[in-house]
Amino acid sequence: MTAAAVPDRVVSAEQRKRARSVGITYLVLAMVCFFIFTRRPGDAGFRITETSQFTLPAQGFGWALGIVLVAVAAAQLLRGFGRLSNVVLALATAAFFMSFLAWAAAGDSFSFVGMLQDTVSRSVPITLGAIGGILSERSGVINISIEGMLLAAACTSAIAASLTNLWLGTLVGALTGVALAAVLAVMSIRYKVDQVIVGFAINFFALGVTSFVSFRVLVPNRDTMNNLLPVTPIRIPLLADVPFIGTIFFEQTIFVYFSFAAVALATWGLYRTKWGLRTRAIGEYPKAAGTLGVDVNKLRYQNLLLAGAVAGIGGAWWPIGIVGRFDQNITNGRGFIALAAVIFGRWHPVGALCGALVFALAEAVRLKIGNFDTGIPSEFLIMAPYVVTIIVVAGFIGASRAPKAAGQPYEDQ
Amino acid sequence: MNETLKSLRFTLLAVVAALVVSAFIIVITDIEALGDGNFGQAFSTLGTAYWGLFKGSFGSLRAISNTITGATPLLLAGLAVSSAFKAGLFNIGATGQMLAGAITGLWVGFAFQLPPIIHVPLALLAAAVGGALFGAIPGALKARTGAHEVITTIMLNGIASFTVLWLLKTELFKREGRDDAISKFVEDSAKLPKLFWFMGKRIDLLAHTGFIVALLATFVFWWLLRKTTLGFEMQATGFNQEAARYAGMKTKSLMVVSMAIAGAFAGLAGGSEVLGLYGYASGSVAGDIGFDAIAVALLGRSTPIGTLVSALLFGALQAGGRQMQVDTDVPIDLIIVLRALIVFFIAAPLLVKAIFRVKGDAKGFGQTFRGWGG
Repeated sequence: MTAAAVPDRVVSAEQRKRARSVGITYLVLAMVCFFIFTRRPGDAGFRITETSQFTLPAQGFGWALGIVLVAVAAAQLLRGFGRLSNVVLALATAAFFMSFLAWAAAGDSFSFVGMLQDTVSRSVPITLGAIGGILSERSGVINISIEGMLLAAACTSAIAASLTNLWLGTLVGALTGVALAAVLAVMSIRYKVDQVIVGFAINFFALGVTSFVSFRVLVPNRDTMNNLLPVTPIRIPLLADVPFIGTIFFEQTIFVYFSFAAVALATWGLYRTKWGLRTRAIGEYPKAAGTLGVDVNKLRYQNLLLAGAVAGIGGAWWPIGIVGRFDQNITNGRGFIALAAVIFGRWHPVGALCGALVFALAEAVRLKIGNFDTGIPSEFLIMAPYVVTIIVVAGFIGASRAPKAAGQPYEDQ
Repeated sequence: MNETLKSLRFTLLAVVAALVVSAFIIVITDIEALGDGNFGQAFSTLGTAYWGLFKGSFGSLRAISNTITGATPLLLAGLAVSSAFKAGLFNIGATGQMLAGAITGLWVGFAFQLPPIIHVPLALLAAAVGGALFGAIPGALKARTGAHEVITTIMLNGIASFTVLWLLKTELFKREGRDDAISKFVEDSAKLPKLFWFMGKRIDLLAHTGFIVALLATFVFWWLLRKTTLGFEMQATGFNQEAARYAGMKTKSLMVVSMAIAGAFAGLAGGSEVLGLYGYASGSVAGDIGFDAIAVALLGRSTPIGTLVSALLFGALQAGGRQMQVDTDVPIDLIIVLRALIVFFIAAPLLVKAIFRVKGDAKGFGQTFRGWGG
């Protein structure tokens, strides 16, 4: 039999290549199941609430999944799943992840729902940072400075919230993002300075100033200037009572709801409104948009400032949403992860959210099951998300098409 | 006035502007002195801080030695970013490539017993090869699948640092009697000689001949760009990939080769730190150098001479910053601010012109990185 995929549709070489690499991935996953996930005896307890849990026999699940994956791989390589292929891929990935958890927690138990709840919470700054990136890059300005915006906003919002209240703190965080975005905007739009250079200068500036202020001002005045009670989760009535899902999504802080709202709004705005059409136009082909009467640079200013505000609120998540204070370099590269999420999600808000959730999940997994002794050095578990990201980007996403005009200053004629 | 002098003047003015802004930051964060209304004390702190900055970077032979020590890895890693920029690639992965080079250089450094004349070059070669192989990965991924190097290099940095943390705890690398991630010492025969060996046994002069290696690498970079077909094709690809492809250049293999060359420079940075400065490796052997190297390359406009000058400047700031932290309560983090401001002011010559009312043409950076390749 030949490897003819869906017979009633013309399949490009590109698609065939992708289908083959997906099939091979299934085989690799099956091997991991057979040779690693079946090595640790015992049941793994996945706690749902304080009192209830479900258990998976680690070895049995590993063998069963391995066999299923071999069958799926065969089907994928021989005839493909056609329209269902993405669904199958998602299901296989989820099952593989469960098997991984069962293997890691075999003979023990851990809070499964707590882990997923943590994931959603930790995705906030990455998602908001990524939205900030998308808004500016969609309108044609490369935004490398997400990290700087997050970090600076985390610092100022911690101080403002300690001195006044949480609302004002968050507002100051947003304004800090706006201020840095304004620097990026003026330098790159008005003075036409290389956008990557300004972006990096902003990152360094934010890192330097916040470390400096932290050491020189916040440490000596810890109690008055860097000490606050973070927000508490808000239960959404009814929705929070839905079993499983309710706890994960609807018993969260206001930051989480804001972040989801931002994704929805950005998606709707970019694809359903006049503003969105113009934004995408000036990011792709500003000259054409300019000829039709769009004020390219004004719209770029507006979008950058908005991006700064969104990223600034993302930065405020650290002190106000979870930790209750600012520490030196508290963002620790999350802004660059947000940048990766932008590219990962192909400059689409929902795609970026997915990327953010994947990175956040990796972090939550490390925190929840990092201390189980699995016999595999913990360093390899920690680096797993990096490896997965490379595989996903190289194997499935490939060259993502960036906004064409990103990086180029626009000259009015 | 010729071009070089003019651009030198702008650099100088940018440094002055950055120092002024930083001075402002030092004074307004001196909360205690300002709270008592004691402006005199705040300004005297400022004076001591800047005096320390100068004294610690150029004030003595030891200070100069510290400046060179700091500049060495910054220059090599800076070349790794600059050379990738020339080929139109944004190499955020100097950290990972440094770690790869540090590990391979370290291994050759302790696993063999050879006369120094062979051992040192061999260990450096191993470092360059280690970095090159690791650097080629994102190049190959981009050439084959289109995966963007900004994502893959960030991820490879993470992979490299955790792999090194693990490796340093394995039997092969780990130091007797230690459980943390710290390696054996390299053989004396693999150690890079000190730069100021002729000054006798002064152990406070840390500068090593890794600096000579870095200068040679800068020359190689210049030679590559100016005198070789490969360098020309790299730049052509960086300038306009489509056009280069139409002209018959193998842009995909050029991507891999460019990243391998970048990786080799960064690998040498890691190797020279291990063989020249520490004599062993730890998890923090690369530190923030790979990240700072991006600023070095940006400031140096990705040219060989520019990268050299900005690496020396950053090395001086780092050495001076340490002295400043000792002499006053001004933390060394100030130099990160200073670096950012210098990059900023140099990137914006129009701004400097406006501030200092300088006449004449101000040449900007031009562009380093042409979008995401959309």
